[in-house]
Amino acid sequence: MTLMTLFAIPRVSYRAWKVWYRNLFVFIRTWKVNFFPPFIEAFLYLSAIGLGIGTYVGSIDGIPYVNFIAPAILAISVMNSAFFECTYGSYVRMYYQKSFDAMIATPLSIEDVIAGELLWGATRSVMYVAIMLPVLAAFGVISLPASLLAIPLAFIGGLMFAAIGMCFTGITPGLETLNYPAYLFITPMTLFSGTFFPLALLPAVFGYIAVLFFPLTHLVAAMRMCTIPDFSPAILVHLSWMVAVTGVLCIVSINLMKRRLIV
Amino acid sequence: MPPVIIAEELKKTYGTTSAVDGIHFTVHKGEIFGFLGPNGAGKTTTMKLLTCVSPRTSGTLQVLGMDPDTEPAAIKARLGIVPQETNLDPDFTCHANLVTYAGYFDIPRDQAAKKADELLEFVQLQDKRDVAIDKLSGGMKRRLILARALVNSPDLLILDEPTIGLDPQARHLIWERLKLLQAQGNTVVLTTHYLDEAARLCDRLVIMDNGRILVLGSPADLVKEHVGDEIVEVEHSIEIVTCLEKTGIRFEIFGDTVQIVTTSARDVARTLFEHCQPKKMITRPATLEDVFLKLAGRTLKE
Repeated sequence: MTLMTLFAIPRVSYRAWKVWYRNLFVFIRTWKVNFFPPFIEAFLYLSAIGLGIGTYVGSIDGIPYVNFIAPAILAISVMNSAFFECTYGSYVRMYYQKSFDAMIATPLSIEDVIAGELLWGATRSVMYVAIMLPVLAAFGVISLPASLLAIPLAFIGGLMFAAIGMCFTGITPGLETLNYPAYLFITPMTLFSGTFFPLALLPAVFGYIAVLFFPLTHLVAAMRMCTIPDFSPAILVHLSWMVAVTGVLCIVSINLMKRRLIV
Repeated sequence: MPPVIIAEELKKTYGTTSAVDGIHFTVHKGEIFGFLGPNGAGKTTTMKLLTCVSPRTSGTLQVLGMDPDTEPAAIKARLGIVPQETNLDPDFTCHANLVTYAGYFDIPRDQAAKKADELLEFVQLQDKRDVAIDKLSGGMKRRLILARALVNSPDLLILDEPTIGLDPQARHLIWERLKLLQAQGNTVVLTTHYLDEAARLCDRLVIMDNGRILVLGSPADLVKEHVGDEIVEVEHSIEIVTCLEKTGIRFEIFGDTVQIVTTSARDVARTLFEHCQPKKMITRPATLEDVFLKLAGRTLKE
């Protein structure tokens, strides 16, 4: 595959929404299973890390610790729901259920199918955040209404992690090898992206790595500005970084999947 | 009326191997056209080219008057495809499978729901309307896939091994349905390696091997042209072989049987009884299987 084909703009039609709608339909049908994890997760994080560890930490930069990690909980959920939807979820639909084969036997193209999967991954993130927000608000650890901006932010971040996940799905030899990005990329990112402690506490080199290679760093920073709220012009840098990376990776992931499925 | 499919010098290569190696064929409106051949002959690859799933390497191909390279969505909107692998959506019931699939063709939901009920009846699955896919037997799944291929009222139905692994009842139901669809004016293209299926269903067929078309014609013409009318089979023994050599009848030996192709099995049988005293003898009409084995060879292909 040449660089030209890897970065070629894919032709995606309105039919991508049909794939999105199919996934939504399944999601709604099993809504009970899908509704509780974000609910429970918010409680678990807040009580264990926020109230447990937070009692010892007190505050960071004048912000109560539990308020400091609340946006990180949101950002990590955005990352996990989109990334895992577009890795394990998409891989199962592609390889085991042969759903993509069935879809491309209709007017849908493979570009439509993958674009629909990416949009769906982002939608999962939005839903996750929308369910968590009331819990966090009830605990009084985020401020309203600025925190509502977390919802559009979840879409941008969700699309970014959906595209990252789909790139791995495009090149993984099997389902098991998806564990590599899950443990070697997602797990370190969860811990070292300014989530549970400020990056400034670590040697400067960690900060550079996080800013350059860990997309979560930018999402957490932008999310935190919204929930505290404490906006600064830096949010524009974080947003531009995410939009640029998302744009490029959406294109690359569609082309990788096309190469994988169309022979 | 313009042909439904025109393929000229159609080629598909993967690296250095040619899966489809320069084939020519034309499919006319209203006919059932078959692709026959051993495993790996290139049948499924040809179907992938026709269904706009794989791009061709070279040659020309027109499906419903359009080029799969440039107008895949417009072609696929008018195709009904039954794949070899069962790829029904396991997250949905039978009815929801059809309705969701119809959605991919931009068919409005209420119209799709009505069509889905009609089609479930057509493949005799109305009792399974709200049953999950994993509760269906293999035959039911194949029938549901046939129904799914019909949701968009296609002009051309393409089936890859439609009856693979089915019991006789399920096969007969599918055959009967395909004949009915043909009677309604549909064009059908199918692959199979069941020779009785091909002989029974196809108006015309090709036999493929190693990516090439060996012969093209109607089942009856192919049998007449490449084998003959009737076949007499007797057991293979030294006495029979020496006796046959003496009478001057042409024969071929396949394992434990000796085969004689003839226009009059009666005459050959009489000669054999009078001169050779065979222990076991069968006379039968020549079939497509004889053509197939003659052209594609008797050795196992992997």
